[in-house]
Amino acid sequence: MSESSAEILTAPYRLKYSYKRTTGPVIGRFLTDLRDGKITGVRRPDGAVMVPPREYDPETGEALSEFVSLPDTGVVTGWTWVAEPRQLHAMSTPFAFATIQLDGAHTGMLHRVVAPDESVMRSGMRVRARWAAERVGMITDIECFVPEESA
Amino acid sequence: MSEDAQGPITMIRTPVDLEYNISAGPDLTLFLRGLKEEKKLYGRRSPNGDVYIPPRGACPVTGQPMLEEVEVSDHGTVTTFCLINIPIEGQELKPPYVFAAIILDGASLPLFHMIAGIAADEARMGMRVKANWKPDDELVLSLESINYFEPSGEPDADYDSYKEHL
Repeated sequence: MSESSAEILTAPYRLKYSYKRTTGPVIGRFLTDLRDGKITGVRRPDGAVMVPPREYDPETGEALSEFVSLPDTGVVTGWTWVAEPRQLHAMSTPFAFATIQLDGAHTGMLHRVVAPDESVMRSGMRVRARWAAERVGMITDIECFVPEESA
Repeated sequence: MSEDAQGPITMIRTPVDLEYNISAGPDLTLFLRGLKEEKKLYGRRSPNGDVYIPPRGACPVTGQPMLEEVEVSDHGTVTTFCLINIPIEGQELKPPYVFAAIILDGASLPLFHMIAGIAADEARMGMRVKANWKPDDELVLSLESINYFEPSGEPDADYDSYKEHL
Protein backbone atom coordinates (compact mmCIF):
# COMPACT_ATOMS: atom_id res chain seq x y z
CA MET A 1 0.00 0.00 0.00
CA SER A 2 1.14 3.53 -0.62
CA GLU A 3 2.53 5.74 2.11
CA SER A 4 -0.65 7.81 2.15
CA SER A 5 -2.54 4.80 3.49
CA ALA A 6 -1.00 5.46 6.89
CA GLU A 7 -3.42 8.35 7.18
CA ILE A 8 -6.59 7.22 8.95
CA LEU A 9 -9.83 8.09 7.23
CA THR A 10 -12.55 10.00 9.01
CA ALA A 11 -15.97 11.03 7.77
CA PRO A 12 -19.14 12.69 8.96
CA TYR A 13 -21.88 10.20 9.67
CA ARG A 14 -25.51 10.97 10.30
CA LEU A 15 -27.88 8.48 11.85
CA LYS A 16 -31.49 9.43 11.39
CA TYR A 17 -34.67 7.50 12.11
CA SER A 18 -38.16 8.98 11.87
CA TYR A 19 -39.75 6.89 14.60
CA LYS A 20 -43.34 7.13 15.64
CA ARG A 21 -44.38 5.30 18.75
CA THR A 22 -47.50 4.54 20.68
CA THR A 23 -47.75 6.23 24.04
CA GLY A 24 -49.77 3.68 25.95
CA PRO A 25 -52.62 4.87 28.20
CA VAL A 26 -50.51 6.51 30.90
CA ILE A 27 -48.02 8.61 28.91
CA GLY A 28 -50.94 9.25 26.54
CA ARG A 29 -52.91 10.71 29.44
CA PHE A 30 -49.89 12.81 30.50
CA LEU A 31 -49.49 14.24 26.98
CA THR A 32 -53.21 14.77 26.48
CA ASP A 33 -53.31 16.72 29.74
CA LEU A 34 -50.26 18.75 28.72
CA ARG A 35 -52.20 19.79 25.65
CA ASP A 36 -54.88 21.02 28.05
CA GLY A 37 -52.26 22.93 30.06
CA LYS A 38 -52.19 20.52 32.98
CA ILE A 39 -49.41 18.38 34.45
CA THR A 40 -50.44 14.91 35.56
CA GLY A 41 -48.53 12.37 37.60
CA VAL A 42 -49.41 8.98 38.97
CA ARG A 43 -49.51 7.81 42.59
CA ARG A 44 -47.68 4.70 43.75
CA PRO A 45 -49.14 2.45 46.48
CA ASP A 46 -46.83 4.05 49.07
CA GLY A 47 -48.24 7.47 48.21
CA ALA A 48 -45.24 8.76 46.21
CA VAL A 49 -46.14 10.65 43.06
CA MET A 50 -44.22 10.08 39.83
CA VAL A 51 -44.21 12.62 37.04
CA PRO A 52 -44.06 11.91 34.17
CA PRO A 53 -46.34 9.05 35.17
CA ARG A 54 -45.41 5.45 34.58
CA GLU A 55 -47.67 2.60 33.67
CA TYR A 56 -46.18 0.25 36.25
CA ASP A 57 -44.63 0.64 39.68
CA PRO A 58 -40.85 0.60 39.15
CA GLU A 59 -40.27 -1.57 42.22
CA THR A 60 -43.15 -4.02 42.26
CA GLY A 61 -44.35 -3.96 38.66
CA GLU A 62 -47.89 -3.33 39.89
CA ALA A 63 -50.13 -1.51 37.38
CA LEU A 64 -50.70 2.14 38.36
CA SER A 65 -53.80 4.14 37.55
CA GLU A 66 -54.36 6.82 40.23
CA PHE A 67 -53.67 10.04 38.39
CA VAL A 68 -52.71 13.17 40.31
CA SER A 69 -52.85 16.78 39.10
CA LEU A 70 -49.73 18.76 39.89
CA PRO A 71 -48.96 22.46 39.89
CA ASP A 72 -46.59 23.82 37.26
CA THR A 73 -44.07 24.95 39.88
CA GLY A 74 -41.21 23.08 41.45
CA VAL A 75 -37.58 22.90 42.47
CA VAL A 76 -34.47 22.26 40.39
CA THR A 77 -32.71 19.18 41.79
CA GLY A 78 -29.88 18.98 39.25
CA TRP A 79 -28.82 20.87 36.17
CA THR A 80 -26.21 21.26 33.47
CA TRP A 81 -25.66 24.47 31.54
CA VAL A 82 -25.67 24.31 27.74
CA ALA A 83 -23.56 27.31 26.79
CA GLU A 84 -23.49 26.57 23.09
CA PRO A 85 -26.75 25.01 21.97
CA ARG A 86 -26.56 22.87 18.88
CA GLN A 87 -28.91 23.01 15.97
CA LEU A 88 -31.21 20.30 17.26
CA HIS A 89 -31.63 21.78 20.71
CA ALA A 90 -34.43 23.95 19.29
CA MET A 91 -33.17 26.94 21.26
CA SER A 92 -30.37 29.08 19.95
CA THR A 93 -29.62 30.80 23.25
CA PRO A 94 -27.94 29.20 26.29
CA PHE A 95 -30.16 27.24 28.68
CA ALA A 96 -29.90 24.50 31.29
CA PHE A 97 -31.05 20.91 31.13
CA ALA A 98 -32.43 20.26 34.56
CA THR A 99 -34.30 17.76 36.66
CA ILE A 100 -37.26 19.51 38.20
CA GLN A 101 -39.22 18.10 41.10
CA LEU A 102 -42.69 19.59 40.84
CA ASP A 103 -44.41 20.59 44.06
CA GLY A 104 -46.16 17.46 45.31
CA ALA A 105 -44.07 15.09 43.20
CA HIS A 106 -41.44 12.67 44.47
CA THR A 107 -39.49 12.27 41.23
CA GLY A 108 -37.57 14.66 39.03
CA MET A 109 -38.71 15.49 35.52
CA LEU A 110 -36.17 16.33 32.85
CA HIS A 111 -36.78 19.63 31.11
CA ARG A 112 -34.97 22.84 30.31
CA VAL A 113 -34.61 25.97 32.36
CA VAL A 114 -34.18 29.31 30.68
CA ALA A 115 -32.35 31.76 32.93
CA PRO A 116 -30.51 35.01 32.28
CA ASP A 117 -27.16 33.24 32.70
CA GLU A 118 -25.46 30.30 34.36
CA SER A 119 -24.78 32.16 37.60
CA VAL A 120 -28.50 32.17 38.35
CA MET A 121 -28.65 28.38 38.28
CA ARG A 122 -28.50 26.38 41.47
CA SER A 123 -29.99 23.22 42.87
CA GLY A 124 -32.94 24.15 45.04
CA MET A 125 -33.98 27.11 42.91
CA ARG A 126 -37.72 27.56 42.43
CA VAL A 127 -39.00 27.41 38.87
CA ARG A 128 -42.29 27.71 37.08
CA ALA A 129 -43.38 26.27 33.72
CA ARG A 130 -43.69 28.60 30.77
CA TRP A 131 -46.35 27.10 28.53
CA ALA A 132 -46.14 27.12 24.75
CA ALA A 133 -48.63 29.35 22.97
CA GLU A 134 -49.85 26.45 20.86
CA ARG A 135 -50.03 23.07 22.54
CA VAL A 136 -50.13 19.80 20.62
CA GLY A 137 -49.67 17.04 23.20
CA MET A 138 -45.90 16.86 23.46
CA ILE A 139 -43.45 17.52 26.30
CA THR A 140 -42.55 20.74 24.46
CA ASP A 141 -46.03 22.01 25.31
CA ILE A 142 -44.07 23.24 28.27
CA GLU A 143 -41.71 25.55 26.44
CA CYS A 144 -39.31 25.67 29.37
CA PHE A 145 -39.13 26.39 33.08
CA VAL A 146 -38.06 29.83 34.31
CA PRO A 147 -36.94 31.09 37.72
CA GLU A 148 -40.11 31.62 39.73
CA GLU A 149 -39.39 35.21 40.68
CA SER A 150 -39.15 36.17 37.00
CA ALA A 151 -42.31 34.30 35.97
CA MET B 1 -58.51 24.56 18.23
CA SER B 2 -61.53 23.45 20.19
CA GLU B 3 -60.65 20.82 22.73
CA ASP B 4 -63.64 18.59 22.20
CA ALA B 5 -62.60 18.08 18.60
CA GLN B 6 -59.36 16.44 19.75
CA GLY B 7 -59.11 12.88 20.94
CA PRO B 8 -56.60 11.60 23.45
CA ILE B 9 -52.94 11.38 22.44
CA THR B 10 -52.04 7.82 21.50
CA MET B 11 -49.05 8.30 19.19
CA ILE B 12 -46.04 10.61 19.17
CA ARG B 13 -43.19 11.30 16.82
CA THR B 14 -39.80 10.62 18.40
CA PRO B 15 -37.23 11.14 15.66
CA VAL B 16 -33.62 10.19 16.28
CA ASP B 17 -31.04 12.35 14.55
CA LEU B 18 -27.40 11.92 15.53
CA GLU B 19 -24.43 13.51 13.83
CA TYR B 20 -21.08 11.82 14.26
CA ASN B 21 -17.60 12.26 12.95
CA ILE B 22 -16.33 8.71 12.71
CA SER B 23 -12.80 7.43 12.39
CA ALA B 24 -12.44 4.38 10.20
CA GLY B 25 -9.39 3.17 12.12
CA PRO B 26 -6.40 1.56 10.43
CA ASP B 27 -8.21 -1.59 9.31
CA LEU B 28 -11.28 -0.10 7.68
CA THR B 29 -8.97 2.53 6.19
CA LEU B 30 -7.00 -0.29 4.53
CA PHE B 31 -10.25 -1.73 3.17
CA LEU B 32 -11.63 1.58 1.90
CA ARG B 33 -8.38 2.72 0.30
CA GLY B 34 -8.12 -0.67 -1.40
CA LEU B 35 -11.53 -0.12 -2.99
CA LYS B 36 -10.75 3.35 -4.28
CA GLU B 37 -7.04 3.30 -5.03
CA GLU B 38 -6.44 -0.29 -6.10
CA LYS B 39 -9.87 -1.69 -6.97
CA LYS B 40 -9.07 -4.51 -4.60
CA LEU B 41 -10.73 -6.08 -1.58
CA TYR B 42 -8.50 -6.32 1.48
CA GLY B 43 -9.30 -8.39 4.52
CA ARG B 44 -7.20 -9.42 7.45
CA ARG B 45 -6.32 -12.85 8.83
CA SER B 46 -7.16 -13.71 12.42
CA PRO B 47 -4.89 -15.87 14.57
CA ASN B 48 -7.23 -18.84 14.05
CA GLY B 49 -6.86 -18.53 10.28
CA ASP B 50 -10.18 -16.90 9.39
CA VAL B 51 -10.04 -14.04 6.90
CA TYR B 52 -12.35 -11.19 7.85
CA ILE B 53 -13.58 -8.76 5.24
CA PRO B 54 -13.99 -5.92 5.94
CA PRO B 55 -10.94 -6.31 8.18
CA ARG B 56 -11.10 -5.70 11.91
CA GLY B 57 -8.45 -4.71 14.40
CA ALA B 58 -9.16 -7.54 16.80
CA CYS B 59 -10.46 -11.06 16.31
CA PRO B 60 -14.16 -10.97 17.27
CA VAL B 61 -13.88 -14.50 18.68
CA THR B 62 -10.76 -14.28 20.85
CA GLY B 63 -10.00 -10.57 21.05
CA GLN B 64 -6.45 -11.16 19.85
CA PRO B 65 -4.88 -8.67 17.45
CA MET B 66 -5.41 -9.62 13.83
CA LEU B 67 -2.52 -10.68 11.64
CA GLU B 68 -1.52 -9.81 8.08
CA GLU B 69 -3.69 -8.21 5.42
CA VAL B 70 -5.07 -10.56 2.78
CA GLU B 71 -6.39 -9.69 -0.64
CA VAL B 72 -9.55 -11.62 -1.42
CA SER B 73 -11.13 -12.23 -4.81
CA ASP B 74 -13.96 -10.13 -6.20
CA HIS B 75 -15.67 -13.39 -7.15
CA GLY B 76 -17.74 -15.25 -4.62
CA THR B 77 -20.69 -17.44 -3.75
CA VAL B 78 -24.14 -16.34 -2.58
CA THR B 79 -24.91 -18.08 0.70
CA THR B 80 -28.20 -16.51 1.71
CA PHE B 81 -30.15 -13.67 0.21
CA CYS B 82 -33.15 -11.46 0.74
CA LEU B 83 -35.61 -10.35 -1.90
CA ILE B 84 -36.86 -6.90 -0.95
CA ASN B 85 -40.36 -6.02 -2.15
CA ILE B 86 -41.23 -3.23 0.23
CA PRO B 87 -39.91 0.33 -0.17
CA ILE B 88 -38.38 1.88 2.94
CA GLU B 89 -37.77 5.53 3.69
CA GLY B 90 -34.32 6.69 2.65
CA GLN B 91 -33.69 3.79 0.27
CA GLU B 92 -33.22 4.93 -3.31
CA LEU B 93 -33.40 1.48 -4.90
CA LYS B 94 -36.69 0.51 -6.46
CA PRO B 95 -38.09 -2.85 -5.30
CA PRO B 96 -37.84 -5.66 -6.08
CA TYR B 97 -34.11 -5.99 -5.52
CA VAL B 98 -31.88 -8.60 -3.92
CA PHE B 99 -29.38 -8.28 -1.12
CA ALA B 100 -27.15 -11.23 -0.43
CA ALA B 101 -24.48 -12.55 1.86
CA ILE B 102 -21.57 -13.37 -0.43
CA ILE B 103 -18.55 -15.44 0.58
CA LEU B 104 -15.76 -13.99 -1.51
CA ASP B 105 -13.17 -16.51 -2.59
CA GLY B 106 -10.48 -16.41 0.08
CA ALA B 107 -12.71 -14.90 2.78
CA SER B 108 -14.15 -16.71 5.78
CA LEU B 109 -17.13 -14.49 6.44
CA PRO B 110 -19.69 -13.08 4.06
CA LEU B 111 -19.87 -9.56 2.72
CA PHE B 112 -23.33 -8.05 2.18
CA HIS B 113 -24.08 -6.44 -1.14
CA MET B 114 -26.70 -6.09 -3.82
CA ILE B 115 -27.19 -8.67 -6.55
CA ALA B 116 -28.17 -7.46 -10.02
CA GLY B 117 -27.93 -8.63 -13.59
CA ILE B 118 -30.62 -11.23 -13.09
CA ALA B 119 -34.35 -11.20 -12.46
CA ALA B 120 -34.92 -10.88 -8.73
CA ASP B 121 -36.70 -14.23 -8.58
CA GLU B 122 -33.69 -16.01 -10.10
CA ALA B 123 -31.46 -15.31 -7.11
CA ARG B 124 -30.47 -18.54 -5.40
CA MET B 125 -28.14 -20.01 -2.84
CA GLY B 126 -24.85 -21.19 -4.26
CA MET B 127 -25.00 -18.78 -7.20
CA ARG B 128 -21.53 -17.65 -8.30
CA VAL B 129 -21.19 -13.89 -8.63
CA LYS B 130 -18.55 -11.26 -9.41
CA ALA B 131 -18.22 -7.61 -8.52
CA ASN B 132 -19.44 -5.02 -11.00
CA TRP B 133 -17.03 -2.15 -10.31
CA LYS B 134 -17.60 1.50 -10.99
CA PRO B 135 -15.39 3.00 -13.73
CA ASP B 136 -11.86 3.77 -12.43
CA ASP B 137 -12.45 7.53 -12.28
CA GLU B 138 -15.63 7.05 -10.21
CA LEU B 139 -14.20 4.81 -7.49
CA VAL B 140 -14.88 6.08 -3.98
CA LEU B 141 -13.82 5.34 -0.41
CA SER B 142 -16.81 3.11 0.20
CA LEU B 143 -18.41 -0.15 -0.89
CA GLU B 144 -20.27 1.96 -3.45
CA SER B 145 -17.14 1.46 -5.57
CA ILE B 146 -18.87 -1.83 -6.36
CA ASN B 147 -22.20 -1.15 -8.04
CA TYR B 148 -23.45 -4.64 -7.29
CA PHE B 149 -22.54 -8.27 -7.74
CA GLU B 150 -23.73 -10.08 -10.86
CA PRO B 151 -23.64 -13.66 -12.12
CA SER B 152 -20.09 -14.66 -13.08
CA GLY B 153 -21.16 -17.44 -15.44
CA GLU B 154 -19.50 -20.12 -13.31
CA PRO B 155 -21.61 -23.14 -12.38
CA ASP B 156 -23.38 -22.93 -9.00
CA ALA B 157 -21.28 -23.94 -6.01
CA ASP B 158 -22.00 -27.20 -4.22
CA TYR B 159 -23.97 -26.76 -1.03
CA ASP B 160 -21.20 -28.48 0.92
CA SER B 161 -18.74 -25.76 -0.12
CA TYR B 162 -20.62 -23.00 1.70
CA LYS B 163 -22.78 -24.80 4.27
CA GLU B 164 -20.39 -23.74 7.04
CA HIS B 165 -21.17 -20.11 6.27
CA LEU B 166 -24.93 -20.20 6.75
